[in-house]
Amino acid sequence: MNVSISINGERVTRDVEPRQLLVHFIRDTPGLTGTHWGCDTSNCGACVVQMDGEPVKSCTILAVMCEGHEIRTVESLEVDGQLDPVQQGFHETHALQCGFCTPGMLMTARALLDENPNPTDQEIRTAISGAICRCTGYKNIVAAVRWAADYEAAAKQEV
Amino acid sequence: MQTPAAFEYERATSVEGAIASLQRLGPEARIIAGGHSLLPMMKLRLANPEHLIDINDLAELSYIREEGGEIRIGALTRHVDLLKSELLVERFPVFRDAEQVIADPVVRNRGTIGGSLCQADAAEDLSAVCSAVKAKAVIRGAAGERVVGMEDFHVGPFQTAVGEGELLTAVRIPIRAGGGSAHEKVERRAGDWAIAAASAAVWLDGGMIADVGIALSAVGLTTIHLSRAEELLRGKAPSDELFAQAGAIASEDCSPSADGRGPVDYKRHLAGVLTTRALTRATARAKEARS
Repeated sequence: MNVSISINGERVTRDVEPRQLLVHFIRDTPGLTGTHWGCDTSNCGACVVQMDGEPVKSCTILAVMCEGHEIRTVESLEVDGQLDPVQQGFHETHALQCGFCTPGMLMTARALLDENPNPTDQEIRTAISGAICRCTGYKNIVAAVRWAADYEAAAKQEV
Repeated sequence: MQTPAAFEYERATSVEGAIASLQRLGPEARIIAGGHSLLPMMKLRLANPEHLIDINDLAELSYIREEGGEIRIGALTRHVDLLKSELLVERFPVFRDAEQVIADPVVRNRGTIGGSLCQADAAEDLSAVCSAVKAKAVIRGAAGERVVGMEDFHVGPFQTAVGEGELLTAVRIPIRAGGGSAHEKVERRAGDWAIAAASAAVWLDGGMIADVGIALSAVGLTTIHLSRAEELLRGKAPSDELFAQAGAIASEDCSPSADGRGPVDYKRHLAGVLTTRALTRATARAKEARS
């Protein structure tokens, strides 16, 4: 079945079986292995991408269901060598160790800040409650999202 | 790699079209909406549909509105919209209680009320919520529409009154004066299924319980309707003692099985405690709404 999906603003068209999951459609596209394929059961959140701006678990969506929708992956965050503030926040606060959960965490955090630019720590924890990290104990991830929120607030004031 | 078995896929462009496809393709066709219950079942080969009919484009099935003395919710309404609805908080706050603890925010962006009800998993929260508030399911087939009360909607584990060639299109909840509702759930970790959960709705009239609905999740093969406890409460003045008695009935009338979430006696105890708490909170809200 021919499927055409916009991924990071570029149209990707491929002939796939209807049963192909979005996570595999994305990862089979050259250069787009940043989206991680984790638990396969919509529990771990490593595969989170944005669909029309909302975070979704790409292991539990069929690629064919995404025709006509805008998908954004972790690769879309950095622009011209400039990290997105959430990426910079992860760097600044050491919010990752093995890095497996990071792409999903970043896309979830980006969606949170787009909707709620000044979340409380509890709101950050709720937002990432569908994503599992086995290294950090989450403390530094919350700090990273906080860092990004503060950075963006400061940047806005300067304008 | 967990991937579903092969199937044919089509996208519905209208409700009538989806129903026509269901009838044309027969019993091996399934509707897919959010897919967050169905796809995991398909990966595990617990469901093996030969055809999937995708209804995600049917925007006319996504709404929450007050009409004709009822709250009407389209089957394609997603969990996130139920969570954020101010109308639901005002009329039936039990939905927000439940939606805060159904799966996680990312899953809630996709999963739908229709999918949850049609999955009819006994551990699922919205089935208990809809039972407690005495919701009605609107089921459409080629011959037209029929409306089924929640007590007749769940016919068995993972089985509903939605027949071959039929589609659940909406949930309707009659609005009655003096109402309050609440959902109580205990789970092992964020986003998990309930160890046990209780939904309660109370309608007060002149300080007495005019009507009440109570239902339990995860402590039986299907959603448990606590009709014996409802019977006890009807016509009486709400009190801690009365709600403790209702909790005791809940412990007796559920039928949990032991699993990784806990042994039977613990789940029975929990069902009782949560029933009492849900009734207490629902009643407090009913009083608040009246004043």
